[in-house]
Amino acid sequence: MAQGILQPDRPQLGLQGSVARRRKEGFIGRVLFAAGLASVVISTLIVLTLGFEAISFLSRIELGQLFELGWFPRRGLFDIATVLAGTLIVTGIAMLIATPIGLASAIYLSEYATPRVRKVVKPVLEILAGIPSIVLAFFAVTVISPEVVQRFLGGSAFNLAVAGIAVGILVIPLVASISEDAMRAVPRSLREASYGLGARKITTTLRVVFPAAISGIVAALIIAISRSIGETMVVAIAAGGTGGSLFNLDPLSPGQTITAAMASLATGSDQVRGDDAAFPSLFFLGLLLFVLTLLLNVVGDVFVRRTRQRY
Amino acid sequence: MTTQATSVPAAVVRRSLRSAGTDWRGVIFQGLLILSLVFSLSVLVVLLADVFSRGWPVLAARGMDFATAPAASNAAVSGAGQGIMGSVLIGVIVAIVAFPLGIATAIYLEEYAADNKLTRFITVNIRNLAGVPSIVFGLLGLAVFVGALKALEIGPGGNGRIVLAGGLTMATLVLPIVIITASEAIRAVPGAIREAGYGVGASRWQVVRQLILPSAAPGILTGVVLSLSRALGETAPLILAGAVLGTYSSGNQDFVEQLSGSYTALPMVIFNWTRQPSDDFRDIAAAAIIILLGVTLAANALAIYLRNRYERAW
Repeated sequence: MAQGILQPDRPQLGLQGSVARRRKEGFIGRVLFAAGLASVVISTLIVLTLGFEAISFLSRIELGQLFELGWFPRRGLFDIATVLAGTLIVTGIAMLIATPIGLASAIYLSEYATPRVRKVVKPVLEILAGIPSIVLAFFAVTVISPEVVQRFLGGSAFNLAVAGIAVGILVIPLVASISEDAMRAVPRSLREASYGLGARKITTTLRVVFPAAISGIVAALIIAISRSIGETMVVAIAAGGTGGSLFNLDPLSPGQTITAAMASLATGSDQVRGDDAAFPSLFFLGLLLFVLTLLLNVVGDVFVRRTRQRY
Repeated sequence: MTTQATSVPAAVVRRSLRSAGTDWRGVIFQGLLILSLVFSLSVLVVLLADVFSRGWPVLAARGMDFATAPAASNAAVSGAGQGIMGSVLIGVIVAIVAFPLGIATAIYLEEYAADNKLTRFITVNIRNLAGVPSIVFGLLGLAVFVGALKALEIGPGGNGRIVLAGGLTMATLVLPIVIITASEAIRAVPGAIREAGYGVGASRWQVVRQLILPSAAPGILTGVVLSLSRALGETAPLILAGAVLGTYSSGNQDFVEQLSGSYTALPMVIFNWTRQPSDDFRDIAAAAIIILLGVTLAANALAIYLRNRYERAW
């Protein structure tokens, strides 16, 4: 029997196994490979769609139309500076809120909280992370705008500050969870060395743990910025830039962001009238958004990997 | 070693090791940290209180009528029926398309693929895809799915804006999440289990099906539940992928007619009502949010529970 495996006319006894089994294995392998390619196909389609349609948009307009008084696509005014300024203001306000609160939550959970407190607080943050952005948008117009912004700061009912605060709340859990992971990855020995030298808890936290985790913390902030730029529903509802907006740097006035401009173009897409470049401008904005967030995500990824390599 | 009788009592040593007085900076710092957590917590409480105080009376007064009635221009009779129907269908399409595709991709990347340039490219590509803003997926849905269905003259007036377009768009949106969570779950299965399988003569697929997938199932399930909750809560892609924002008639359509007719989804209904300036519409928006939050928060809680319950250190 031992010779059987060497008999060429009986391959089913060979080390390779039976033909049917090998055929089945090969088939399954190819099916799985095809599934693996699906994501590549999706990315390729995204890049091609955005690229082609954006080029078709640019060929329809004169470049001067990209530097006009404001963003009014139906009238052929496509000022990039207007939507970029709105996006920048909303993102800036969001980070002003999410950075201190997110980082403080992360420091508390990683350095101060007892396991019991952690067990209660962590799920609360995770629930906050699971709230759909349309719900935050509702919260922005029913509570943040009348009860917070208008009461203490004034301004119009829909403005960039309202949207910024709501987006900030939306990204707090993101900042907290990524930077908490980074701080928990700092080895215990560093903390013990610090305590051994007589440092207090606050000194250990701020001078030892925080700097050691800085790559992960920077990554958390970059990814949060990218997420804020791409957030759509909150700005579409709360920023007040329906249809179009003049160039505006005042957070308490209505303004237009990249995503809000896309949403308002899309919700009117069935009845697009006026300038024939209005609808394709949607893809131009999409490309702008795609490139901006991709750059930020790639940079954020580099920082995340740097934390992993260190220890 | 003999213990020497010390002339300094322990209490004095302990006192001298502590610095003089309370560490006020430390106390204030810790207070600020707690305050920031209290902020997040109170936002959550205020949000839920706001939604429930507005929406609960509507749900209590109208009951099933609200959950089944179509959207109308009068808030008092307008319901979330079409939205709920659309969301259920979208969820089913996501489950049929994204879950098998995502899990298969994860199996390929973790168990089959050689560590070469192509594999690394696919991995990086998936990570980047996960960070693409959701509205960009909407553009993909508009150009590819709605475009293709339109070319086939399917949908109301042949415009391609049917629930299949929305469902496929959502499936591409959550695909990276499914792949990443399933990959992590598969990677966490220790190599010894694989080697034991190969050692008794199992083929690669037998090892995957009978050893790895059962061990990784809780982790994969967590990702699946999370991505379903994401698919049901997202609004932005649907705006572009042809969901109706507003009212449309779907009268006494049978199931096939619903699949080939206009569609909307629960978040789109909420979006439409939130945009309206009147308080009546805000109240029914809140009622619809209670239904949406009920589903998505229950899904998230289930995912957190699954992760904590079955998280095992091998």
